[in-house]
Amino acid sequence: MNMLKGMGPRERLGLLMIAAALIALPFMLASVGTAWVRITNFAVLFVLLSLGLNIVVGFAGLLDLGYVAFYAVGAYVYALLASPHFGLHLPFWAILPIGAAVACLAGVILGAPTLRLRGDYLAIVTLGFGEIVRIFMNNLSAPVNLTNGPKGITRIDSFQIGPLNFAASDTVAGLVFSGPIKYYYFLLLVLLVVIVINRRLQDSRIGRAWVAIREDEVAAKAVGINTRNIKLLAFAMGASFGGIAGGMFAALQTFVSPESFVLNESIMILAMVVLGGMGNIWGVIAGAVLLSFMPELLRYTVEPVQLALFGKLLVDPEVLRMLVFGLALVLTMRFRPAGLWPETRHRREMTEGRT
Amino acid sequence: MEILLQQIINGLTTGSVYAVVALGYTMVYGVIQLINFAHGEVVMIGAMVAFSVITSLAGSGLPPLVIVLAGVIAAIPSCMVLGYLLERAAYRPLRHAPRLAPLITAIGMSIILQHLALLAWGRNPLAFPQIIDNRVFAIGGAAISSVQITIILLSLTMMAGLSWFVFRTRFGIAIRATAENVHVAGLMGVNADRVIAATFVIGAGLGAVAGVMYGSYYGIAHYTMGFTLGLKAFSAAVLGGIGNVAGAMLGGILLGLVEALGTGYIGEFTDLCGWPAANAWLGEQCADGGNFVLFGSNYQDVFAFLMLIMVLVFRPSGLLGERVSERA
Amino acid sequence: MSEVLLEARGIAKRFGGVQALKDVSLTIRSGEIYGLIGPNGAGKTTLFNVFTGLYPRDGGAVLFGGAALDLDSPHAVAAAGIARTFQNIRLFGNMTALENVMVGRHVRTRAGVFGAILRTAAERAEEGAIRRRADELLHYVGIADRADDLARHLSYGDQRRLEIARALATDPKLLALDEPAAGMNATETTALRGLIEGLRRDGLTVLLIEHDVKLVMGLCDRVAVLDYGEKIAEDVPPAVRANPKVIEAYLGKSTA
Repeated sequence: MNMLKGMGPRERLGLLMIAAALIALPFMLASVGTAWVRITNFAVLFVLLSLGLNIVVGFAGLLDLGYVAFYAVGAYVYALLASPHFGLHLPFWAILPIGAAVACLAGVILGAPTLRLRGDYLAIVTLGFGEIVRIFMNNLSAPVNLTNGPKGITRIDSFQIGPLNFAASDTVAGLVFSGPIKYYYFLLLVLLVVIVINRRLQDSRIGRAWVAIREDEVAAKAVGINTRNIKLLAFAMGASFGGIAGGMFAALQTFVSPESFVLNESIMILAMVVLGGMGNIWGVIAGAVLLSFMPELLRYTVEPVQLALFGKLLVDPEVLRMLVFGLALVLTMRFRPAGLWPETRHRREMTEGRT
Repeated sequence: MEILLQQIINGLTTGSVYAVVALGYTMVYGVIQLINFAHGEVVMIGAMVAFSVITSLAGSGLPPLVIVLAGVIAAIPSCMVLGYLLERAAYRPLRHAPRLAPLITAIGMSIILQHLALLAWGRNPLAFPQIIDNRVFAIGGAAISSVQITIILLSLTMMAGLSWFVFRTRFGIAIRATAENVHVAGLMGVNADRVIAATFVIGAGLGAVAGVMYGSYYGIAHYTMGFTLGLKAFSAAVLGGIGNVAGAMLGGILLGLVEALGTGYIGEFTDLCGWPAANAWLGEQCADGGNFVLFGSNYQDVFAFLMLIMVLVFRPSGLLGERVSERA
Repeated sequence: MSEVLLEARGIAKRFGGVQALKDVSLTIRSGEIYGLIGPNGAGKTTLFNVFTGLYPRDGGAVLFGGAALDLDSPHAVAAAGIARTFQNIRLFGNMTALENVMVGRHVRTRAGVFGAILRTAAERAEEGAIRRRADELLHYVGIADRADDLARHLSYGDQRRLEIARALATDPKLLALDEPAAGMNATETTALRGLIEGLRRDGLTVLLIEHDVKLVMGLCDRVAVLDYGEKIAEDVPPAVRANPKVIEAYLGKSTA
């Protein structure tokens, strides 16, 4: 709220225009094809995940390579509580917090023994954890069928708010609100809340403590910061966001399987945070948007070019996308280690209005 | 008892491979404190290159041994060059950057190599051509194949060779000095750049052979094999004490054994029907020799990850590693 | 005679084969400026690091304000009321001077995640108080005009002052300064001395490691001397200066 107060009329107009564009976006995309709305929805999910990982990697400086595990936990909690698998059909507004809580718990369990490890060891351990979670999801179909193994859980319930079902289309005032479009607005709302939460965290006692730990952990301890607990807090918060994103993913895709939670996903999210600018919320959002739409961009540019030049598809856009991710990581570290839009702590006009 | 012996034999085989790959991780970590995430991919590429050569020579009528050797001889320099390029292009420029940077670069390189391999060799696994007469020998009720014997012996030879190199040659001393204290080593005339590049190259070369061994043991090579193998080998290196050559070897063998024995017995161990208390409760599920196995052998990969976490949490210096001095 | 603030009994610390501290006992009284000197390698910084929880000790105990001090964690030490600066200045380089001092308030404030997210009235009030106090402290040490500059852009002298301001932000009862005058010229040293004397006037107790013997002798109420890990003297400066063991430690055995 203070953010808005600190703005001049020019900036407010700009913000209004962006807001208008975002509100109108799904309808513009829908006219090209509903697929684009779905792609945008997944992009928003990635933005959410990046913001969550940003708390861990960007704010607190802890390299987590298994972040996708929390996403998986949130997704499976939703799937188990809102599908024919167990015959449970709880409403989404109940499950999402549960998913967040379970993911948070997972974060604490992982973090408690491991956060005192040095950076590279922590990275490997979190990577291992991510893999362990995936293996368990893949195998917990016997002796008791918990996760249905590699086949995954299908026919997951969509959101339902009163008469409004997110799987169906409704026409209001001549506009067609398809399922994906409804999800879009919901996701946008969640994104807004998450951004506000992140900004508030960044500019708080806890946020400063995270940066202090990142800058010099010994000095942080000497100044009275209980580094272990504060790091755990970062982990737990990041995990919670991952869990919420996971729940929404399950509803959006109506289907979850271990395949969606492989290491490559963790690395993609990391690439988004790293490329965008570790710690910088807007940078991370930009990085996530850029890298999420990359495969589609590639599909529309690289495919026709290859077909024209070679007559066939030499390089699958999926593969190209991962190559781009890898290159993004390597080149960013080499030439712009702070990211494309680095965190600028000394230029925060936005927050000067705080009392 | 035969099962035990069989698992031990299998464990020694895979363990030897882990040990050789672990050497690559541990040497690099020893000199520059970097986890070379891309090492697993280098090993994988060694296997793929060798397989391609072997497959193309398979129908040529040359003796099988020569064909395999040709594959290995093709793989080794390929990997060495790759290792050198990795060091030179990706890691050396970041030698003085904050810790996170080379680590993230390593992850990026790992992704890049993996997908380049995917482009080069496709999504389908490469099969090891049936050119070797894999004889099986009976030993104490268990069986050991000639491939297994070769792997174990070859690995031991390479480990011995590396140990000799590191402990008995001038360059080996240079490596150990650089690992100990890179500044003082430099003052003594050691060219740190060359030493570091050498550790990458040597590790890669060994890894190439390990890749071929691994691929021939399981019969296939695939662009994703580097990831799991790499992680397991790294766990082995940490178990033995990262930076410690003997530790890597010990850790590798140990991990192989633990994994084989664990996988072999965990099904029995977690079969609740075998536990009297649970059996009663499960009732008809366990009647007539039924099973209620909590964790079966499909959890094999979990062993390495769990062990890694255990070691790092409880004894980060590993089995043979020194306790890190507090005087920072 | 003012009361005892910190009492160390039999502190021992070894690093591998080296006995860095051997049965060191000393008492620091409330409101005094207490100096710790000794030749290089005598164990001064090691003792400091033990007092502030950075190194685990191998023996001995410390009483602070009459109660046993938990020496196992640096943040517990800070919470108990001992704040320190570092020999080679450890600031949060990419935070502004103001933010560095605000971090110092962490241990005396409470706002958690929920307070931050919800921006409760209590949290907002606390943030305001933190900011005001940080401002005050920057004024107190004399670098208020650099409040919004990144810590790593400050001059050496200003960085030292900032580190002191940050330490003061933790509301300590004992301020432990590790070679605060290192690298300073005569003018800066005089200014530093004025600052420390001002701290004593304001009721703070100061523990000081220093190599600048002139500064120590002129500033401190009492001085302890360490040599090879043992305390060889603990007295007022004139007595210490005349102590033959101290002279021997610094200058070597006299052949006269």
